[in-house]
Amino acid sequence: MRRDAAIPWLLLAPALAITTVLVLVPAAQTIWMSLHDVVLFRPRSAPFVGLANYAKALGDPVFWAGLLTSVIWVVVSVGLQFALGLSAALLLNRHFAWRGVARALIVVPWALPSVIIGLIWTWMLDFNLGLINELGLRLGLLDHPVAWLSQPGTAFAAVILAVVWQGFPFFAVTLLAGLQAIPGELYEAASLDGAGGFSKFRHVTLPGIAGVMTTALLLRMIWVANSLDLILVMTGGGPGTATQTLPLHAFLTAWSGGNYGQGSALAVLLTLLLLGVVIAYLVRSRRT
Amino acid sequence: MKTKRLKLLFGTELPVVAILMFALVPWGWMVLSSLRPEADLTRSPLQLLPDTLTLANHIELLARTSFAQNLRDSVIVAAGAVALGLLLSLPAAYAFSRFRFVGRNTLMVQFLAINMFPVVMLILPLFVLLRQFGLLDTYFALIAGHATFTLPFAIWLMTSYVDGIPVDLDHAAAIDGATRWQVMRLVILPLTLPGLVAVGIYLFIASWNEYLFALMLAGRNVRTVTVALQSFIGENQIQWGLLMAGGTLVAMPATILFLLTQGRLVGGLTGGAVKG
Repeated sequence: MRRDAAIPWLLLAPALAITTVLVLVPAAQTIWMSLHDVVLFRPRSAPFVGLANYAKALGDPVFWAGLLTSVIWVVVSVGLQFALGLSAALLLNRHFAWRGVARALIVVPWALPSVIIGLIWTWMLDFNLGLINELGLRLGLLDHPVAWLSQPGTAFAAVILAVVWQGFPFFAVTLLAGLQAIPGELYEAASLDGAGGFSKFRHVTLPGIAGVMTTALLLRMIWVANSLDLILVMTGGGPGTATQTLPLHAFLTAWSGGNYGQGSALAVLLTLLLLGVVIAYLVRSRRT
Repeated sequence: MKTKRLKLLFGTELPVVAILMFALVPWGWMVLSSLRPEADLTRSPLQLLPDTLTLANHIELLARTSFAQNLRDSVIVAAGAVALGLLLSLPAAYAFSRFRFVGRNTLMVQFLAINMFPVVMLILPLFVLLRQFGLLDTYFALIAGHATFTLPFAIWLMTSYVDGIPVDLDHAAAIDGATRWQVMRLVILPLTLPGLVAVGIYLFIASWNEYLFALMLAGRNVRTVTVALQSFIGENQIQWGLLMAGGTLVAMPATILFLLTQGRLVGGLTGGAVKG
């Protein structure tokens, strides 16, 4: 029996070892770097500077602009993904002949790499050759072609459009699974009680998928808040800093700026800001 | 009867068509663009439907650029990530499913928490670490990186499959004199095959689609397709036909695998969302 107690740990050892080396140690190093003045072109000297990197980050208007960009990016894009995904899930939960095909096809955007998604939308939004300008002009919605990715407002809208396109199938599929788990009797009982369509939605459907909904929202918020590849591919954070979210700001500070200490401080700040959402998610997943 | 049919058409089917158009038109436009001659793509005003279709872009991409090599690198990295990921996640899932030990819950949560770390938080030290050991820009670096970051979901998904195998089978085998190791190899492993396939598909797609690690931890000797495509954009003259051909080729494996599993996989990937 004593030997048995060691078995699960032996089985877990490889997974734990690689996670320690490739996740926990680097995370600790990032915290260390954030407290030191580490720059690319002076690798041998990294004096301890306390919280100076943090103070500098918090005193920089670019940080606050990035925070605001990040908040809008997460709230607007996740909100739209959710709304579109929920509509799709409700529709795909109804009976019609080609439902199976529709359920399969809706996943396509979710299967694509962010780089390809960035490419597709950059191509569709191209000033001279893009489909969107062409259709807009033909349908009379635009007077002249628009340089979507070169103006702050439209560039931000464009990256949000791309991430909504990527993410709404995730909500459609998870919420659909949630809808399918609601017992049909509940709807029958509600009908007997004289509930109409909207009333059923409010009192049966919504409570029935509340759990799935919250978990999916938390999970997607964390992903979208952390992700930077789609924006990196489409605008690189520009024009100016119009689409520069916090992770992208941290990434560019470290890599293009060569300022590892400052970039690390920004990464730690991002992690702390997200901590609340992450804990909420972990508490939920632990309960189940 | 007729009004019911109309209601279904306008209330359900047409809205579904609209959503599917939104989902598929950008993808279709990429595929269509890849099949058009370059002159056709750059003509102004744009012609919506092409006169001719050609595989010239695909052929030029594979024959005249490094893309065939990039595809090979991506296949090697993704296959390695699948192998390593399965090797790490199956024993871990067996431990979580069959043993109750001190620290089990904490560990499971810790694995989930790993997924929540911003990648920017880890990529700098990883870069420095791999450079110190001379592992930067190797297959090994990318395989290990991809396998580690997909590990939480791989373990979670695999655990749910192992949970589905009745413990009675373990006991029956143990009574017949099988050791723990034999139980794992002869009972669990064959029965968990669907789980291995599902987790394997997930690992493959995640590695195949990944960009940031592939860019930062490799990119010169080992250049995966996502990094290669992005570097094509950086060139002065963007050749959209070639880019779209590359996009179409890269999108294929994941698209086909996802369509075959009909979205069930996405449900699995949502990490407990459905069970919440």
